[in-house]
Amino acid sequence: MARRSSTGLTDKVEINMTPMIDVVFQLMSFFMCTLKVVAPEGDFDIRMPIAAAAAAAPDDQQIPPVRVKLSAGPDGSLASIAMNGTPVADFDELRKRIIGLVGADSGPNSLAEKTEVEFDADYALKYVNVVKAITAVSGKVENGQVVELIRKIKFTPPKKG
Amino acid sequence: MAKRSGGPSNTEIDMTPMIDMTFQLITFFMFVMNFSEAEQDDRIQLPSSQLAKPADGVIEKPITLQLTNAGAVIYAGELVAVRDIGAYLEREKTLMIDENREPNSATIIVRADGRAKTGEVQDIIRICQEKGFERFALRAQYDDRR
Repeated sequence: MARRSSTGLTDKVEINMTPMIDVVFQLMSFFMCTLKVVAPEGDFDIRMPIAAAAAAAPDDQQIPPVRVKLSAGPDGSLASIAMNGTPVADFDELRKRIIGLVGADSGPNSLAEKTEVEFDADYALKYVNVVKAITAVSGKVENGQVVELIRKIKFTPPKKG
Repeated sequence: MAKRSGGPSNTEIDMTPMIDMTFQLITFFMFVMNFSEAEQDDRIQLPSSQLAKPADGVIEKPITLQLTNAGAVIYAGELVAVRDIGAYLEREKTLMIDENREPNSATIIVRADGRAKTGEVQDIIRICQEKGFERFALRAQYDDRR
């Protein structure tokens, strides 16, 4: 039977670290090369069946939609905003008008939940203005908390020219 | 003067801190890596919004249409004119029907450039509606500035 070393000292087992370090560095290189810093994105959900307005039967309980007209200048920038035919100075005022119309409550069966906003934007208007308008009517941020307003949003059919 | 040892010295480098740091780096990269298969094209400059919060759940099998500043649609990696997307959506619709799914259950993600014309976004929505799609997600960049 083989006898262990009689020196009494414990043997130091040396592990070859080189392959592991190679693999670890290759993994790190892979992650570094494939890393894509992406800004967080979110959605505004819209449900728009075709010709819903024409197909839907008139309902006495139904609240008429709030019509927001966004007009474009010659370069596609925002020229004017109007809510139900009344001029609005900017998106902050649009939000205040919406709060004045539906109230701050956005819970179940609230006026904000039932009300619908219809956007009528000029064809050439830059899309960024529409997103600002949707943001203005859909809610506000108060003390870091999102207060929801109107969730039902639709667009008028596109009008070219 | 001190004299150096004549024989080759066996200097052992302590590798532990380096391995620790490397593993921490790998862990960091694994966490920040984006494994989602969401289509995001760098050519699109999304408009930003404080209310465009990332969705809680994953949208199941969405169709992503990305509208560039020049008015072209990026669909499945290729550039298509807005008026031509109908044919592609028809194909998607056929595939969905084959899978026993209704087109109105699918979500169309619209990633439109902030400088694109609103009318072109509306054109995309109208073509989708004509093909039976009715759920849309207008995508915007989440702006967390307070």
